[in-house]
Amino acid sequence: MSKSVTDVICPFCGTLCDDLEVVVSDDGKKIEDIYNACAIGAEKFMHAQAAGRVTKPRMQQPDGSYKEVSYDEAVDFTARMFYKARKPLMYGWSSTSCEAQSIGHEIAEKSGAIVDNTATVCHGTTLIAVQDVGIPSCTLGEIKNRADRIIFWGCNPCHAHPRHQSRYSIFPRGYFTNKGHKNRKMIVVDPRDSDTAKMADYHFKVEQGRDYELLSALRVALRNEPLPETVAGIPREKIIEVAEVLKSGRFGIIFFGMGVTQSLSKNHNIDAAIMLTKDLNEFTKFSIMPMRGHYNVTGSGQVLGWQFGFPYAVDLSRGFARYNPGETTSNDLLRRDEVDAVFVLGSDPGAHFPISSVRKIAKLPSVCVDPHITPTSEISKLHVPVAFVGVEVGGNCYRMDNVPIDARKVVDPPEGVLTDVEFLTRVNTRLDQLIGGK
Amino acid sequence: MTEFLIKNGFVFDPTQGIKGDKADIAVKDGKIVKSSDISSKAKTIDASGKAVMAGAVEIHAHIAGPKVNEGRNYRPEDKLFTYTPKSAGKRMAGGFSIPTTFKTGYEYARMGYTTAIEAAMPPLFARHVHEEIKDTPIIDEGALPVFGNNWFVLEYLKNKEIENTAAYISWLLDVTKGFGVKVVNPGGTEAWGWGLNCLTIDDPVPYFDITPSEIVTGLIEANEYLGLPHSVHIHQNSLGNPGNYTVTLDTLKLAEKFKPKNKFGREQVLHSTHLQFHSYGGDNWGNFESKSKEVMDYVNTQKNVTVDTGCVTLDETTTMTADGPFEHHLTELNHLKWANVDVELETAAGIVPYVYSPDIKVCEIQWAIGLELALFAKDLMRCFITTDHPNAGPFIRYPRIIKWLMSAEARKERIDTFKHSAKMVEATHLAGIERELDLYEIAMMTRAGPAKALGMSSIYGGLKPGMDADVVVYDFNPQKPHKPDDIEKAFSRAAYVMKTGVPVVIDGEVVNNGNKRTLWVHAKVNENPQVMRDIKDKFLRYYSVTQANYDVSKHFVPNPYVIEVDAT
Repeated sequence: MSKSVTDVICPFCGTLCDDLEVVVSDDGKKIEDIYNACAIGAEKFMHAQAAGRVTKPRMQQPDGSYKEVSYDEAVDFTARMFYKARKPLMYGWSSTSCEAQSIGHEIAEKSGAIVDNTATVCHGTTLIAVQDVGIPSCTLGEIKNRADRIIFWGCNPCHAHPRHQSRYSIFPRGYFTNKGHKNRKMIVVDPRDSDTAKMADYHFKVEQGRDYELLSALRVALRNEPLPETVAGIPREKIIEVAEVLKSGRFGIIFFGMGVTQSLSKNHNIDAAIMLTKDLNEFTKFSIMPMRGHYNVTGSGQVLGWQFGFPYAVDLSRGFARYNPGETTSNDLLRRDEVDAVFVLGSDPGAHFPISSVRKIAKLPSVCVDPHITPTSEISKLHVPVAFVGVEVGGNCYRMDNVPIDARKVVDPPEGVLTDVEFLTRVNTRLDQLIGGK
Repeated sequence: MTEFLIKNGFVFDPTQGIKGDKADIAVKDGKIVKSSDISSKAKTIDASGKAVMAGAVEIHAHIAGPKVNEGRNYRPEDKLFTYTPKSAGKRMAGGFSIPTTFKTGYEYARMGYTTAIEAAMPPLFARHVHEEIKDTPIIDEGALPVFGNNWFVLEYLKNKEIENTAAYISWLLDVTKGFGVKVVNPGGTEAWGWGLNCLTIDDPVPYFDITPSEIVTGLIEANEYLGLPHSVHIHQNSLGNPGNYTVTLDTLKLAEKFKPKNKFGREQVLHSTHLQFHSYGGDNWGNFESKSKEVMDYVNTQKNVTVDTGCVTLDETTTMTADGPFEHHLTELNHLKWANVDVELETAAGIVPYVYSPDIKVCEIQWAIGLELALFAKDLMRCFITTDHPNAGPFIRYPRIIKWLMSAEARKERIDTFKHSAKMVEATHLAGIERELDLYEIAMMTRAGPAKALGMSSIYGGLKPGMDADVVVYDFNPQKPHKPDDIEKAFSRAAYVMKTGVPVVIDGEVVNNGNKRTLWVHAKVNENPQVMRDIKDKFLRYYSVTQANYDVSKHFVPNPYVIEVDAT
């Protein structure tokens, strides 16, 4: 007999679907089937079951090979690294629970670390823009129930957030939107012919890196001021037409992604997008929301916020919290040789950081806490495998609209494998002992 | 067996009518006991020449939750020059108008506050609120979920279904671990879903076909049907607009036909919060004036209404409220950065920084109105000091407000240095008010009064044997001559604070993280299949989370203090 676990939270992307159903074997050890998840989400669950999973910490040897060590040794190595380091970098935090982040922050305070999350190469620019001009936003249920104008700007939810459109933004029939997608006008701004763009009522194939101009042009069009013939490759008439479509809606939203946050102009693009949203509130109701990537990168920003007051790039090395993106952000620190140890949990900078940063990590004392073998684990001095959050252990997570949802445990982790919280707690205790001279 | 004897202080305790007499306070196992009940081994704390009061109770502050945290994250500038490093047993802590959770706990405790109520919890974000509460040391906290724009409430009350409303309230308090019924801009925040507002109590809510007046009366009725410890706690319509005092009086009058029904000793049916923002005359910012007298004349006659002041402290602060349309209005006024979150089926919130400048006439008048409300109050057991933290100013300014209330000289000094003092004097009553509150009255406004209004007078707000041992000693001798600034200094850094029998502050410094508890109300009602079915239906069709994932499970509330109510 197998049993079914319902209302399971998907620990993959910021959409944080919470309606998955997972069929597990009677002994609670094996996942047999997954319903309602997208292909990526289902794979995340199945991955936990994959053969050949690492279940013991592995220490890098002088010849580059890895040797299994006990968790006790791993805890001691990690705590000593923090104890010796003058300015360690603690990076990641986006694929783990808020409970784990919280303990990580205690360690960071004691060791004078810099805590940075994946926003640093993702929506960090958005966070800066919000600090400049604010953000009118809403929860995803508001989109489902009210929105009739949907903009996807520089994002491709069909592939990156596969269930976003069916759960929240395009197809669902909500309280005031009982015709589903027929109630909604969809506008996509993307230089690519993405699958999302193919669905759109209007696809603006903006010239690459010209988003700022197009956003500004829409603001101009709202005010009925003159525009040049084309802006960013889009004809004036089209811009005016879309401005009218936006104004005539009852409730609109801009969803935006990496296409605007990490292309030319970065945070200034988002400044302009937010100001466009604010302008639209003169005519109708409008919101804007970043399409956050990792399932709990938002949570990392929240926990850092209430504990230290800043959403990412938090430098605790001076004994109080500082925040200065460009100075206290991971890549800048690594490339300027300002950190002397690297601890990674809940992300894979080996795969996503520039090679110049990755080289620095490889040379420093480093620990990678990750259920998988990843490019990061392969350059770290110590790799500590842990249980999958959201599959093998629960914990709080925040969706892209900041709604907190408590992830569920579906199956037991492999025997002897610690969770993030357990490992960090032991490191924290060991660090206390080292500081106390034991 | 932990025993303490706090000796020879001047005790101020309205619950026993002690007005500064020298007395000893005995503490045993976290409770206050008779002096005869402790042994000779009790630790003695010498309070001679000092004032002794119960731990203060904050009835309305925004200190935990999504909008508070958005305020922190989007205002890095609020942290400048505020950080204190970590020390043994204490985390690093910073922030001014929106301090980190650690700083919130430490700063309240240092002023002698031992309990605080988070004033607006969006139910969908309840888990976030509780995560922050868990990380706020020392002080006991409860959170008020917002009901005034909730679709269930709007639909039930449109059909006058009080019992169903009550059953829904009971369910929501249970799943969100909430403390009471908060109403923010009734109907207006739902209207904000379409960019609209309800500015009087008779403006219909778009689509839902109900008025703010019906929402408020219905919720009062449901609240009393349940017999909850706290009354309906309202932030009224038309906040912050010149001439809004008529709306305020209209709303307060709604309470007239109701009588309190509860076992907690609460006597009001409506708590009207941050009244300063609702006591404005004039019809534009030019002829803006105080209507505190008109409002308080009414409040003074109505025993079933309590109020808190919402005093402006003249600081740069961060406004945040579930009154979404108001924050949009404010950003249009001051052009500072605007954050907004509309919450599906439930509420909304907005945030805008604001500078209350002593060089701006309107701010000067607002400052005066807040103080006038307290000085016009006849019954200080029904009028409490707040700043609607952080909306009218940060809570760390309470000692300064106490100074202004206790000293006409301090008020005069402030008025004289305003840029527009003549115009301000003309538009307000404050300059003509001689009244100076005494410590007994301050203890009513900050201890006994709010504790009673919250229905928590059996454990908080007094020093009677049997109550929680929340005791504060201030280095202030009421029998010696003093300067106004001595008051502020003494109340800023309590000489000694005990929370449920644990010394948490000594000489103004935090020494222990205490045993903080989360207060929530479990209201038992008869089984109500209709409401359960409606809840299931709304989750299936309109919420973006499933019902099973909405419930705030127990581990988010690690040290609960559950208040049981039986309405079956």
